[in-house]
Amino acid sequence: MARKTLVLAETRDGQLRHVSFEAIAAGRQIADGGEVVAVLCGDDVAGFADALGHYGADRVVVVENEALKYYTPDGYKQAWQRVIETEAPEAIVMGHTAVGKDLSAGLAARLDSALVSDVTAIETGNGDPLFIRPIYSGKAFEKKRVKEGLIFITIRPNNIPALEKDETRPTTVDRLDVPISGLRTVVKQVVKKSTGGVDLTEAKVIVSGGRGVKSADGFKPLKELADVLGGAVGASRGACDAGYCDYSLQIGQTGKVVTPDLYIACGISGAIQHLAGMSNSKVIVAINKDPDANIFNVADYGIVGDLFEIVPLLTKYFKEVLQEA
Amino acid sequence: MNIYVLMKRTFDTEEKIVIENGCISDDGVNFIINPYDEFAIEEAIRLRDAHGGEVTVVTVGAEDAEKELRTALAMGCDRAVLINNEDVEDGDQWSTAEILAAYFKDKEFDVILGGNVSNDNGTGQIGPRLAEKLGIPHVSTIVKIEIDGDKATLERDAEGDIEIIEASLPLLVTAQQGLNEPRYPSLPGIMKAKKKPLEVLELDDLDLDEDDVSGRTETVEVFLPPEKGAGRILEGDPDTQARELVRLLRNEAKVI
Repeated sequence: MARKTLVLAETRDGQLRHVSFEAIAAGRQIADGGEVVAVLCGDDVAGFADALGHYGADRVVVVENEALKYYTPDGYKQAWQRVIETEAPEAIVMGHTAVGKDLSAGLAARLDSALVSDVTAIETGNGDPLFIRPIYSGKAFEKKRVKEGLIFITIRPNNIPALEKDETRPTTVDRLDVPISGLRTVVKQVVKKSTGGVDLTEAKVIVSGGRGVKSADGFKPLKELADVLGGAVGASRGACDAGYCDYSLQIGQTGKVVTPDLYIACGISGAIQHLAGMSNSKVIVAINKDPDANIFNVADYGIVGDLFEIVPLLTKYFKEVLQEA
Repeated sequence: MNIYVLMKRTFDTEEKIVIENGCISDDGVNFIINPYDEFAIEEAIRLRDAHGGEVTVVTVGAEDAEKELRTALAMGCDRAVLINNEDVEDGDQWSTAEILAAYFKDKEFDVILGGNVSNDNGTGQIGPRLAEKLGIPHVSTIVKIEIDGDKATLERDAEGDIEIIEASLPLLVTAQQGLNEPRYPSLPGIMKAKKKPLEVLELDDLDLDEDDVSGRTETVEVFLPPEKGAGRILEGDPDTQARELVRLLRNEAKVI
């Protein structure tokens, strides 16, 4: 059954987020031949419309308004409500990001609709699409179906592959003017704390440290390795509780749940609450002094040794092979 | 100030998941207050201590959640409400938001706090859904809140960046880790909690029929992730181990 599908196109730091392309791919699966329309909201975003077409959007609706410079629930709900009234979609896909997670839930309530959050895979066949999503932070999974009405989902970054980029694909761009008013929450300032630019939930490579890192300084070699690999730095609860790093880096059942292509755990023992946050990563490397550490039970490759010796060597050799390539 | 906290009872984060007859078994499972809701409870108590008023902790769940409500009372909440949803079919986030909205319909409140996500279903939907249903603004994943009159200044964690936000009351906020360090219930607190009011409501008391709130989604299947086989431990001196790992990640696993 063909379904007209809207997709949230999200920007961060002046760039389209890759999860937007993944959402288009998910949207095409659900649309089942129906039109896939990317929705781009912001203060100066029209320039991103073509790229959304290259990744599979049939059409792009651009809503530009100064009041949409920062995400606020009120502003974005107003913009989206107007787009939904104009487009009358049968499905909506957003990334399960700070914006998508928040907007989808508020919008679903406004539309009195179901919402399946944080989907990692979609099964389509004869019947309704089925959505697979982790529960208990990935210790188990559930398969869900929307009983009736609008199919509304958010997808976890890094799980549903984007379509191949095709720069010859034409895109139609429609502009929609939406008056935004009466914002009850106002963003006064944004303090950039995320360094290096690679977001933890979207990173392809994560180098993560635990209590074994021993101090805030101990994270330096991890950061150097992450930089060489174009990845992000994460941490276990132990490292955060010990004050070695900010809680925003915490990976685990409390904290972020991540699924990168490569997860390098350094000096992390592997408490079950940490494993819940990372054990669905594609390839896991563990470096730990203790050969009996639980982390080795989920690792594809393990090194029993001192992370302060091993990690700088990894940085050095990765640098070499990546320069050759 | 009238302060409300939304709380959920969840599995202890140390629990392993066991599936029996197609459902997640809670046999012998240790339950806790959802960790993000603990931050909300702690902040609610601090706001009351600073501004006066009363903290009511509300849960939608099974009757067994009384135990976690008592813990919240022992931490310092003034009263507790348990809304029994055991007869709701396919209960999902839509259902819970409907139930909570019905509860709050005739309440006066300044601030509603909740965790930004539960560590079982992990959707993060309830806060934003309820705010929309109640027609009040919300700010999610906060790490700081200050209230002055009918204005609030908040710091919100936006994937690592901090947004400084101004909002007006009444307001719903959801707590992120880093908001505070939740207290443990004290012995006098535990004694006092036994005498604090704990109200149990049935859907009927909210003028709801269980069919009115049966979920809009259906869980078709629950399953465990595939077991991972034991990995390979690399031998040799650190230099050999590092070279071998780089080679394997590049040529065998092909992730670099």
